[in-house]
Amino acid sequence: MPANRFNGFTDYGIGIGLRAPHYHHILSRKPVVDWFEIISENFMIDGGRPLHILDQILEQYKVVQHGVSMYFGSAEKLNREHLRRLKDLVKRTGTPWLSDHLCWGSVDGRYTHDLLPMPYTFEAAKITGQKVREVQDFLEIPVAVENVSSYAEYHVSEMTEWEFLNEVVERADCGILLDVNNIYVSSQNHNFDPFAYVNSVPAERVAQIHIAGHSRYRKYILDTHDHPVIDPVWKLYERAIQRVGHTATLLEWDDSIPTFQEVHDEALKANRFLKDTVLAKAV
Amino acid sequence: MKLMKLQRTMARAVMQPLTRAERMQRKSPAGGSMSKYASRFIKPNDRLTSFERLEIYNRQYWFRVLSCMVEDFPGLRAVLGERRFEEMSKAYLVDNPSRSFTLRNLGSRLEAWLRKHPKWAGVKQKLALDIVRLEWADIEAFDGKAEPALSKEDLNDGAGPNLRLHLQPYVRLLALRYPVDDLLLEVRESDEDKDVASNAFQERRKRKRVQAVAKLKPADIYLVVHRVDFSVYFRRIEREEFAILSALREGKHLGKAIDLAFRKSAIPPEKRAEKVQEWFQNWAALGWFMKAEEKS
Repeated sequence: MPANRFNGFTDYGIGIGLRAPHYHHILSRKPVVDWFEIISENFMIDGGRPLHILDQILEQYKVVQHGVSMYFGSAEKLNREHLRRLKDLVKRTGTPWLSDHLCWGSVDGRYTHDLLPMPYTFEAAKITGQKVREVQDFLEIPVAVENVSSYAEYHVSEMTEWEFLNEVVERADCGILLDVNNIYVSSQNHNFDPFAYVNSVPAERVAQIHIAGHSRYRKYILDTHDHPVIDPVWKLYERAIQRVGHTATLLEWDDSIPTFQEVHDEALKANRFLKDTVLAKAV
Repeated sequence: MKLMKLQRTMARAVMQPLTRAERMQRKSPAGGSMSKYASRFIKPNDRLTSFERLEIYNRQYWFRVLSCMVEDFPGLRAVLGERRFEEMSKAYLVDNPSRSFTLRNLGSRLEAWLRKHPKWAGVKQKLALDIVRLEWADIEAFDGKAEPALSKEDLNDGAGPNLRLHLQPYVRLLALRYPVDDLLLEVRESDEDKDVASNAFQERRKRKRVQAVAKLKPADIYLVVHRVDFSVYFRRIEREEFAILSALREGKHLGKAIDLAFRKSAIPPEKRAEKVQEWFQNWAALGWFMKAEEKS
């Protein structure tokens, strides 16, 4: 799946998250990087240094937007101010697709600023699918929804997480940002087979893949994005690539951020699997 | 349970303050047992009870919003002390949970809230209000909108008494009763040494902050919080300068703004024209003005 309608028919390679500790290195050394993912909310502002930095990055690199607070799964209506600012940023960056999480995080206008897990119900799938459609229509670019790491499950759930994901993306006719680390974290926290998840995702809808590290505690795993990617997650990534093909891949590293080179080197490990895919296709 | 009801139920628990030991409260928002409350909608697993699973989100919420307050208001933290600042932040956030998609706006109502709740700052109330105003102005100046700036030449061409000048949206004007700009710079300077922070160093830093707050004496200052090359600066100005800029921001004509500024001024009348010219040159050079329009 080198390019599809959910990633704007682009063929991006391996990217990393654009983070403040790396700004100086990137702007002064201009390292070769396939693309950067930005957190949309950090740039949905009126002016100042963040937008100045972003404009310099845009002169040199491809940028894709990733959001953290659209809350497709919140029962309340979409925040129009959020959408307006997001659209302004979309025009600025020219992002070929945009992603946010399949979760909720606000209710009655109050924001938790967390990625709270969805109840896997048909009612929730309907509401969520409708909101993703509204966002896509408003922004006029493809939207991909990302599966989140979770630490709780609800009694009311009527299906598995991957069935819920499929239900939502079918209803919304949107793409998927498949986070294989999140699948691994949730599989450990909820005792399911992560390969069953990866194997059930509609491959033709995968616009992008996330990889990341996490922290293991005695009774659960937290999605902390502060470590290298572990082998079981690379195995899931390998399986995902086998299914969906050469897909834009991004390493998330958000806490205890090491040097730019370390983060980039970790991301480039994905080449082991992407190269195999290219070779396999050539044969 | 319908989606909206479930989300309200969970959000109430997630946003309920933690105990002193930073654990989830045993009492639910509804008043009964939190274990029962959690078990009504969250499944347990083989390792965690419903309570424990909900607690992960409850703790994450508070760690996130409290660390945001620490990051945004280091000056107020120095004034109140770490413990009191944390307690105040919890009370503020209970009354003012985030209503924005961005954490950038978390402290937007802090000044107004602190004014209504003077118990948190006690005798330091005026100082606390001043530092909060400065810290919020700093946030707004950092990412506020910048319009194309008016040049000195533009001013020379059409500077009549009916001229209306507009300040850049990112420029913030503050009349303060304490020199909190010095305090905030001192606090930030000590924060910059975080990376070399041994325990002994941390203690020294804390002492330095306490001393900085203690030695701060009241003194009326007029401050402009502005940007140069995308960095925020604090610039002290004279009372009359502040009055002119404030009047211009309110939409008054240049002539009226200057008249108002020099009422009760100690600056001798013969020196005023020279002063005004000098100020305007500085302001224009700093890019504080946007478009001007001549009105008859």
